[in-house]
Amino acid sequence: MKAAVVVFPASNCDRDVAVALEQSTGQAPAMVWHRDSEVPDVDLIVLPGGFSYGDYLRCGAMACHSPIMRDVVDRARRGVRVLGICNGFQILAEAGLLPGVLMRNAGIRFICRDVHLRVETADSDFTGRYAAGQVVRIPVAHHDGNYFADADTQARLEDNGQVAFRYSDETGDVTDDANPNGSVGGIAGVFNEGRTVLGMMPHPERLADPALGGTDGRPMFDGLAAALD
Amino acid sequence: MRARVHVTLKSGVLDPQGKAIQHALEALGFGGVDAVRQGKVIEIDLAETDAGKARVVVEDMCRQLLANTVIENYAVEIAD
Repeated sequence: MKAAVVVFPASNCDRDVAVALEQSTGQAPAMVWHRDSEVPDVDLIVLPGGFSYGDYLRCGAMACHSPIMRDVVDRARRGVRVLGICNGFQILAEAGLLPGVLMRNAGIRFICRDVHLRVETADSDFTGRYAAGQVVRIPVAHHDGNYFADADTQARLEDNGQVAFRYSDETGDVTDDANPNGSVGGIAGVFNEGRTVLGMMPHPERLADPALGGTDGRPMFDGLAAALD
Repeated sequence: MRARVHVTLKSGVLDPQGKAIQHALEALGFGGVDAVRQGKVIEIDLAETDAGKARVVVEDMCRQLLANTVIENYAVEIAD
């Protein structure tokens, strides 16, 4: 599998995700600057975490108009897999590749800690190495991770099985206490309709190596590498 | 010509910053604050001199960038 990581000004997880991708695919991803107009011919495009453009106006609002995003949107529409993590999720939502929007955390504070997630479906290239209902531990680090979509959109997401992950307790119960940021339905990650684009606030690349304290994030990259080989 | 754009959260959308401001006002002793909603004001100086044309352009700016209509409303004011 060939992958590319888009680097925006103030991306700060681009190298972390490159390390995780190389670990699973055996080759370093292409690093693509946001001012470039074309992504190389790859199977997976990753929009990494960070604070692109200082989160000015709204998180992801500026980055989604970067020159490279025209090609990212084009490729996504043609079925190239796209993964947006944290700021990458915010950018995909602003770009209209994913429904909904990420708002300021309900508790106002920046949150940086491990959370538990319940995997909602294993039926995607991103989650194929997990089991539906499995609980994983993945870190979050965000100020604006409060996922919101109107009631009709939420119903559509549920009906189509587009919810990838929900915040849960360690037994897999989705409760208000386990929801760190006020996201509707405890939603931590969503797919597009074809499940070829995934946005998620938690950072699987930050727990993909035993030296980092855990490996619950690694199956995502191993699964993508196997599915897109 | 100057345009002033008001971006506000749609009703029903939770506004945690507005809530925090409300609580701070209460802590300062301001009574009777029923609700606070926070928005943004964006001022744009335009070369356009026709108010009607300016409004059309600024509304397009709102849709493309200044507001996210999933959660926000916008109102455009054109000043001479």
